[in-house]
Amino acid sequence: MSEVRDTRAGIEVRLEDLRRSYAGVTALDGLSLTLAPGELVALLGPSGCGKTTAMRLVAGLEEANSGRVMFAGKEVTGLPANKRDVGMVFQAYSLFPHMTAQQNVAFGLSLHKVGPDERKRRAGEMLELVGLSAYANRYAHQLSGGQQQRVALARALAIRPTVLLLDEPLSALDAKVRSRLRDEIRRVQLEVGTTTLFVTHDQEEALAIADRVGVMNKGRLEQLDSPTVIYSRPATPFVAEFVGLTNRLVGVVHNGEVEVRGTRLPLVQPDAANGPAIALVRPEAVSLAADGDNVPGPMIGTVIAVSFLGATSRVTIDLGDSTVVAQLPTSEAAAHTAGTRVKLVIRKDPVLIARDEVAAADA
Amino acid sequence: MRAGRRLPLAWLGVVPFFAYCGLFLLLPTLIITAGSFTTKDGSVTLSNFTDINQPYLVKALLYSTIIAAVSAVVGALAGALLAYAVVTGNPRGILRRSITSASGVLAQFGGVTLAFAFLATLGQVGFISEFLLQHGNDFLFRATWLYELPGLILVYMYFQIPLMVIVFLPALDGVRPQWREATESLGGSTWHYWRYVAGPLLAPSFLGCTLLLFANAFSAYATARALVSQGSIIVPLAIDNLLTSETGRAQPGLAQALALSMIIIVTVVTVLYSLLQRRTSRWLR
Amino acid sequence: MSSLPPRSLGVGSGGLLLGHEAATSKGLGSPRPGSLMRTRRTKLQIFRGVIFLVMGLFFLVPIGAMFEFSTRGDTTTSPRNLDAWTNIVKVPELMDALTASIELAAITAIAMLVLLLPTMVWVRLRIPQLNRIVEFVSLLPLTVPAIALVVGTVPLYRWIGVNLSDSILTLSFAYLVLVLPYTYRTLDAGLAAIDLKTLTEAARSLGAGWGTVMLRVVVPNMSSAILNACLLAVALVLGEFTFANLLNFENLQVAILYVGLVSATTSIAVAVASLVFAFVLLMILSFVGRPKDRVARVEEIPGSLVPSMTGVSVLAELVDQPK
Repeated sequence: MSEVRDTRAGIEVRLEDLRRSYAGVTALDGLSLTLAPGELVALLGPSGCGKTTAMRLVAGLEEANSGRVMFAGKEVTGLPANKRDVGMVFQAYSLFPHMTAQQNVAFGLSLHKVGPDERKRRAGEMLELVGLSAYANRYAHQLSGGQQQRVALARALAIRPTVLLLDEPLSALDAKVRSRLRDEIRRVQLEVGTTTLFVTHDQEEALAIADRVGVMNKGRLEQLDSPTVIYSRPATPFVAEFVGLTNRLVGVVHNGEVEVRGTRLPLVQPDAANGPAIALVRPEAVSLAADGDNVPGPMIGTVIAVSFLGATSRVTIDLGDSTVVAQLPTSEAAAHTAGTRVKLVIRKDPVLIARDEVAAADA
Repeated sequence: MRAGRRLPLAWLGVVPFFAYCGLFLLLPTLIITAGSFTTKDGSVTLSNFTDINQPYLVKALLYSTIIAAVSAVVGALAGALLAYAVVTGNPRGILRRSITSASGVLAQFGGVTLAFAFLATLGQVGFISEFLLQHGNDFLFRATWLYELPGLILVYMYFQIPLMVIVFLPALDGVRPQWREATESLGGSTWHYWRYVAGPLLAPSFLGCTLLLFANAFSAYATARALVSQGSIIVPLAIDNLLTSETGRAQPGLAQALALSMIIIVTVVTVLYSLLQRRTSRWLR
Repeated sequence: MSSLPPRSLGVGSGGLLLGHEAATSKGLGSPRPGSLMRTRRTKLQIFRGVIFLVMGLFFLVPIGAMFEFSTRGDTTTSPRNLDAWTNIVKVPELMDALTASIELAAITAIAMLVLLLPTMVWVRLRIPQLNRIVEFVSLLPLTVPAIALVVGTVPLYRWIGVNLSDSILTLSFAYLVLVLPYTYRTLDAGLAAIDLKTLTEAARSLGAGWGTVMLRVVVPNMSSAILNACLLAVALVLGEFTFANLLNFENLQVAILYVGLVSATTSIAVAVASLVFAFVLLMILSFVGRPKDRVARVEEIPGSLVPSMTGVSVLAELVDQPK
């Protein structure tokens, strides 16, 4: 399969301070991002955060108000889409309905003036790469959603594009298909080695397959890091709350620490101003001890529910004025059934704080 | 499956409907079919059909076909362009809604009212004719083409174009923007897009709609009746004259043969149309 | 769960796919890199402008000409007046024909409801396997040109004229068949939107007889579909010419034609009036029904208003529907 790995695959893609707004709405507010050759970067964020706009600017389907897009050091900002050689996979309606899978894949090749025999060969190769050789003569309406997206991937890669752009390719699919296809896409991408930009609103997807994840909000990039860092060391409250579960606990900042219900926790930003704040605590940082003392205290609560998630379980505890979720290995969680009283212990990792209007910290 | 006992009783409920349709839809069709193959004195014959082979009837068939074909093709092209202009605008905007409403009204604005509208415009004392006369041009004043083939084609466009807009718009709506973007990202230009993607996708629908327009114009009667005071320039008018001839030479058998021929032609065209539509709806849902 | 991109523009403009983009753009093509895209967008706008201008002229001029004609004075030098319009009520032939047409419209609409609605409800509830046959029969009139069908109806009406009545109102027998396809489709859509089975079973279990079920349960829930069907029937009947003319009855359209031979201005005034009326009818149709139906409705209904030709067009939309 080394034939499909092309020396052209693996190009550096650089976005420099891209801005885009229309009709009074700012879609992108100065996005700068560099994709290393062969890297898969996921742009993650809620709808309206600008991730799709960014992708479309890279594709050449939209024009930036300012900023530059560079492929391997060469500026392509002024080039229209059909001169940029980008491979695109859309959320839906990817395939041309009047062509078979093979014809779909070969279409880009014919536009690149590849001869008929060569076209057939390469299209066959790409279909085999995505595991759909047997379906070469099927039409889009004869293929399942997941199969259609795989053909779309083959079609995008057939022309050996400089960059592969995936616009929420899994969002329209069933949950089960989604996780399988996600791994497929990653496998193919690694094999071919094309620099890839993957846009999604599903944080599980982004964390699972990307080399780096860029979390976006309101047209800005909040954090760009590897998945582990994004998850365990979120840089801003938005990232902390968008990625993974977060407990919001009311507390008070005092001299570089935040005091939450009697426990003092170090801060990610030690120079934060004193005063009331909301501490963002991950469920994994919360552990439980049986409350044998039966002494009321700020960290004593009653178990409301236990959710079995496989290797780990989530325990929801009612603290009277708020609710906290703890994530424990299932064997430990088994000891705390609904209705039992437990004592919470928060691990002393540095936490982020948020300062929205302080109401009761509700889960 | 229901018990046999209950079946007859339930079916009674649909008797009125089928009886009525049988009487006023099926029966006339049977009359036409039977009558086409019968002479005045009741014997079976093919003479009614061979009688169609008279110069004036052949001409009527020819003119009917020409008018229907030309107004269908030109109407389809013009209507498709108008539909495209509409669909590239705001889908919920006022322009689209008023054009679709107007198309609905105009597609039904046929017959007598349409004929009069064109007489008021292009007729001898029509708006444009008078305007030209005032400027020393009597071209329209003396023109008779309005009441002949060219005139009918022009007048028919008035309902063919709106009809095309109505029936072709859904197909245009079904063309997804992703296909254009995919074509571009793969390196295709506008021409490539239309030649290899949008064109082939829309072709069956376009063809089917053209056939629909053909059937529509072929069956049209009222407009021609109002424009053309006498003569049998097209088949519907010929049928009219055959049925209502006052000189006692009314030939019902011949009229029925002509009617049956019309029914057959329109049915065939409609079947072809629905086959084409099936493919379109598979692609452009 | 998943969010499919909204059904956005068709060909030509740069696809507007998601969220805020679809909401804010006017849909006239998103801007694209480089002047290439700008020229493409401008070319599109020029094209649209030209098309709308040409078509606008082609369609509005004859209508304007009709207005102009109907206000002319008696000779080329006399001033404009509304005589033609006031004449409408003064010419007995026209008033008779108008009355007759209105009566025909009313009779046809009511008869259509009485025949179709119970049958459709009955079939849906009791004999669902007949549904496709009923649908097929109802749509048949579309494939038969009116001018051809009337040939076979003439002998029928000869019999009716002798044995039943020679009133123009007997035309409603034939009209019922002509309006069948359009009204069937409208009522079918209305029935599909309500859960007929559950509603009727609930009513029956509370002790209602079939009459009550129809009148107080089914009809109120389908009021907009029923109103639509009636308005369609009215529009069709008022515009019908072929059957009336060949069966020797003088309905509105026939009267317009014959009065036109005498006084063109008066006839044209009536023609304009009927056009305005049809337009108003269509406007009402597009506002009847729940707001979310309206946009779709405006595009659906026009297709079914092709009465005086064959109305083959409705088959278009009918064939499209998933069976």
